[in-house]
Amino acid sequence: MSLRVDDLDNENVAYFKHCAEHSFHLQQCGDCKLRRYPPTTACPWCMSREAGWVPVEGKGAVHSYTEVHHAIQPAFREYTPYLILLVDLDTQKGEPTADEALRVVGNLVTPDGKLAPPELVRTVGIGTRVRMVFSDVSPGLSLPQWTIDESAAQPDKPWRYPQE
Amino acid sequence: MPLPTDTDVSTPKHLRDKYAIVGVGETPYTRGSGMTTRALGTWAVRNAVLDAGLTAADVDGMLSYQSGDSTFAPFIAGDLGMRLNFYMDVFGGGSSTEALMGMAMGVIEAGLCRTVVIFRAMNGYSQVRIGGTGARSAAPVSGDTLHSRAYGWQSAGQMFSFTFMRHMYDYGTTPAQVAAVRATHSAHASNNPKAYYKQRVTVEDVLASRIICKPLHLLDCCVETDNATAIIVTSAERAKDLRHPRALIRAVAGRVCKPRADMHYQAGPISTVAGRYAREILWPNAGVGPQDVDVTGSYDAFTFTTMLQLEDYGFCKKGEGGGYVSDGTIRLGGRRPNNTSGGHLCEGYTHGMNMVIENVRQLRHDVDDSCPVGPDGRRRHTYDYSEGGCRQVKSCEVTANLGWANPGTGSAMVMRRD
Ligand SMILES: [Zn+2]
Repeated sequence: MSLRVDDLDNENVAYFKHCAEHSFHLQQCGDCKLRRYPPTTACPWCMSREAGWVPVEGKGAVHSYTEVHHAIQPAFREYTPYLILLVDLDTQKGEPTADEALRVVGNLVTPDGKLAPPELVRTVGIGTRVRMVFSDVSPGLSLPQWTIDESAAQPDKPWRYPQE
Repeated sequence: MPLPTDTDVSTPKHLRDKYAIVGVGETPYTRGSGMTTRALGTWAVRNAVLDAGLTAADVDGMLSYQSGDSTFAPFIAGDLGMRLNFYMDVFGGGSSTEALMGMAMGVIEAGLCRTVVIFRAMNGYSQVRIGGTGARSAAPVSGDTLHSRAYGWQSAGQMFSFTFMRHMYDYGTTPAQVAAVRATHSAHASNNPKAYYKQRVTVEDVLASRIICKPLHLLDCCVETDNATAIIVTSAERAKDLRHPRALIRAVAGRVCKPRADMHYQAGPISTVAGRYAREILWPNAGVGPQDVDVTGSYDAFTFTTMLQLEDYGFCKKGEGGGYVSDGTIRLGGRRPNNTSGGHLCEGYTHGMNMVIENVRQLRHDVDDSCPVGPDGRRRHTYDYSEGGCRQVKSCEVTANLGWANPGTGSAMVMRRD
């Protein structure tokens, strides 16, 4: 898979520049101060065009997931089944309403950033505590990914789809 | 779950029953049409014009939608010798059919034209498939797609699975309940001579089929086909002189449900979808409620999209969609059958239009099933819903179509028989 950030896509250029340094930054609105993901060209809460980049801690819990058995992209075929996670960050959870969170996408990976093997995939579900790691995918481009947070208290049994 | 309080239910009710669908047409549902989307579209539009009893000269408006996989309105109009006063090709997904009904009503209301045809033409199996497979699966990834496709997150099934998985977590919905949608629609398709898949399947068959991406099995996914479909809208007044009983449009709605129009994953309760918000303008404008509806057409790109919409449009309580789709209600012969043609899961994938066409025929009491045809050319329906039999719903008076583009965007339409 060839990956690139378009020069004119200023918001994504800035986001991935931080990622390349293995540092997670999100836009923060200059007016209402809410942070947002993925990068956008205005604030979805107050329409402000003013925004700055702030460091955000890459920790949270799995909000939902899908386990892909039939890969569409050729690059993922040898890794099936792989997990795509939607993670609620601890930062800004419950804001601006009780049902909101900063939800950040990523794959389940090993601590060194490789797509998780099947035995690891089978252990993760809704509620699993994860931490962010970065996968270097090409020169100057790193993707934020998620791995199990070994230092966090895990739920007794994360919620998993009932059938294997 | 709590919802935003920004709902506007002030949209006009004076359009109620002012417009009608007077013609519908389609091409066969195939896997390998052997012709261009332009030829398919021309064929479907021609069928709809003939169905209405109109001529090319009567049609002066044309709307279409597509996602980079089809032809354009001026080509179809040119091929059929139509002189349009208004046309528009929009980039759109599965909720476009109902939204474009609203646009058709709007352009006629504005006096820009009198009779509008809406079409969708796609070689959805043999050329450009919706899920981003084929050449598109290996296309370069940049910009915003780095937040999705770079994670192997691309097809509709992959995109929407979070929504359903969370619904299972929030409400205890089971895979078997949702698989009942496929079993039900396959029974409907077995009474539909033009359905691509006519084979009846069971809940067990669905659960035994291979996993595509959890929670989706192969048989939870719709059947990709090549086809075109077309629908003609005109004023209710003008429709009086045409061939069929009028399918009067009670209300249309098209809503983006959140502060953000992204895939709905960043905001709000994700197991609640756009129908929850669209219903707040749909039912007041229609002047009827879910309890008054005889037949539903709920977008079945996947079994669970059907369930989520039926639930969020209020056909059952929130969280009880699994029970609603598996307790017999949505079956032919049940209280409120859904997708009586077999829908996208079995008849063919038309990106939303075939469910509207089916409901128009239900309202005409003229569904094309296997019942005998009388000397007047009309079917003598038996209302026996066993395999290979009737699929006309008895005394069908009010229908609802629920269009799904993604969890955060939805459009809907309510029709009634004249
Ligand atoms: Zn703001």
